[in-house]
Amino acid sequence: MGKTLFDKVWNQHVVREINDGPLVLYIDRHFIHEVTSPQAFTGLKEKGLQVFRPKQTIATADHNVPTYDQHLPIKNALSRKQVSTLTENCKTYGIELYGLGHPFQGIVHVIGPELGITQPGMTIVCGDSHTSTHGAFGTIAFGIGTSEVLHVLATQTLLQYKPKTMQINVEGVLQNGVSAKDLILYIISKIGMGGATGYFVEYSGQAIRNLSMESRMTVCNMSIEMGARGGMIAPDKVTFEYLKNREFTPRGNALENMKSYWDSLKTDEDAVFHQELTFHADDIAPMITFGTNPGMGMGVDEKVPSSEHALNGETYSFDKSLNYMNIDAGKPLLGKKVNYVFIGSCTNGRIEDLRQVARVVKGRKKAPNITALIVPGSRQVEVMARKEGIDKILEEAGFELRQSGCSACLAMNEDKIPKGEYCVSTSNRNFEGRQGPGSRTLLASPLTAAYTAIKGYIADVREIL
Amino acid sequence: MKIFDKLISSVVPLVDENIDTDQIIPARFLKATTREGFGENLFRDWRFDDQGEMIKDFPLNNKKYAGKILLAGKNFGCGSSREHAAWAIFDYGFRVVVSSYFADIFKNNALNNGLLPVQVSETFLETLFRNIEDNPRMEVEVNLKAQLIILPGMALSEPFEINPFKKHCLLTGKDEFEFLLDHLESIQEYEKRSFYTLETF
Ligand code: SF4
Repeated sequence: MGKTLFDKVWNQHVVREINDGPLVLYIDRHFIHEVTSPQAFTGLKEKGLQVFRPKQTIATADHNVPTYDQHLPIKNALSRKQVSTLTENCKTYGIELYGLGHPFQGIVHVIGPELGITQPGMTIVCGDSHTSTHGAFGTIAFGIGTSEVLHVLATQTLLQYKPKTMQINVEGVLQNGVSAKDLILYIISKIGMGGATGYFVEYSGQAIRNLSMESRMTVCNMSIEMGARGGMIAPDKVTFEYLKNREFTPRGNALENMKSYWDSLKTDEDAVFHQELTFHADDIAPMITFGTNPGMGMGVDEKVPSSEHALNGETYSFDKSLNYMNIDAGKPLLGKKVNYVFIGSCTNGRIEDLRQVARVVKGRKKAPNITALIVPGSRQVEVMARKEGIDKILEEAGFELRQSGCSACLAMNEDKIPKGEYCVSTSNRNFEGRQGPGSRTLLASPLTAAYTAIKGYIADVREIL
Repeated sequence: MKIFDKLISSVVPLVDENIDTDQIIPARFLKATTREGFGENLFRDWRFDDQGEMIKDFPLNNKKYAGKILLAGKNFGCGSSREHAAWAIFDYGFRVVVSSYFADIFKNNALNNGLLPVQVSETFLETLFRNIEDNPRMEVEVNLKAQLIILPGMALSEPFEINPFKKHCLLTGKDEFEFLLDHLESIQEYEKRSFYTLETF
């Protein structure tokens, strides 16, 4: 029987199997950031251990950093301490750090790919659930807890059980105005938040193949939002083109050698998944969420469903959710006034996303009621945006481009949405209070978010495309 | 890691499904660089209003309920991978979480911290919720060795699954880490045949 892409990469990384027990899985690259690593380093210190392979761990400061005046000391004392603890730990243990001020700094899942650290066939982990993003390269990438961060620091391995595999096929061609974000929000709205728990997903089909590398990252990024351990896409020409000439990708002959390995990274014709699902791209409209989990989404021009239509009979949580959002079942969201828009995050904070935003706002003006936060996913994205004049287009429309970080995606810094306010956000989670206590998040694509910022209310971007 | 063997306790019920780790411990409390003290902010925004006043009928505040077992609707612990969620639940005083299923990363984090996730069937979960509504201080027994969750007063029980290795770790207090450290030689051996060790970086 043939093997899936997942099986191939997984098997390649098994150090040892233990009868009746877990297996020891080798980790090629490990990313760390300031929030989930300090306690792991403490554990290392307590045990008197060293970092086993310091060159295979890469650090950045992203979750808890300000998005303006990054050259000044961080105002909040606790945040400052967290970032300086990371700096000290990296120094002590010889780990490369792309901290504030470094040209490579940025959200961990944005910088890995853009620097070419993420490569096909690797295993990658990080103390962060959206590590699944890196799966876009045909990589087994998943989030871990802080205890496991310690395990990787000390041994470059993890104890793992092999998850089941799921194939999600998306056939057909996405319509104009429908992006990768809509595609993944659509899938999650169909299978629910726990729909892929216990599985590793491979995305395939024409609609996936047609996506750019950055769009593939958007899809894989949100795999965790349906409970999947991770998601991956087989590498192909698009992948190889993207990887060429990146900071850490091999050059010349070395690249050619790797390519022949990368070419083998695809699911065999006769391989069998534990579960297979198929969706059709033409069924997908620009999406928006109306509830407090990413599975509560609908086409932007639809009416909010009632709890009778809640997935898996989750009626209690559904009603509680609408109540928190102060959104009525049976009514449309189009035209609903929104005062905040957030564009950024590891889901949609890359250059392609900012280009989409520029396409919408160019020659238009921001609605007066809107406060918009536009936050690049990395320093490099910011530099590119400025080079391309995107910052000017934004300014002319009344927006401002910030400095890179996670920002209002999780609101650990001062970028918060006030209590009771709605925010159309390109991030990945609309949980209660995710963007600040009492905030109400509606997830959407960069196109939809940008158009909402122009209109001052939820609007269908297809009107102008 | 603390040893877990058997626990008999009353239960605190949270009927919500899909409780995410942002609710368990909101991001603004993740600024600490140690593991201690997260229990104080467990379910912070569900336990306290924005004036800092306790919300009296929230089950963790409700005097009706007490105990070391947290009972929750399905898909508990989804969302962010923050291990702080498991630390907060443990630090608050819970030793077991019962639900009809758990998000993967949370389950792992819990087990790595001596907090036992007990996965039961939907029907058994409903039975538990119903009985606790009738009798809020009803005791439940969780027996790890026998892999059973028991309602002693009612002659009702259900077996639960746990990975044999994780079970061994909990029963003996040994953690995965020590086990991995014993394997450093085979890891070095593996590196000789790997594509992506440091030389390629
Ligand atoms: S942008 Fe948001 S989801 Fe992504 S790593 Fe940062 S906090 Fe997590």
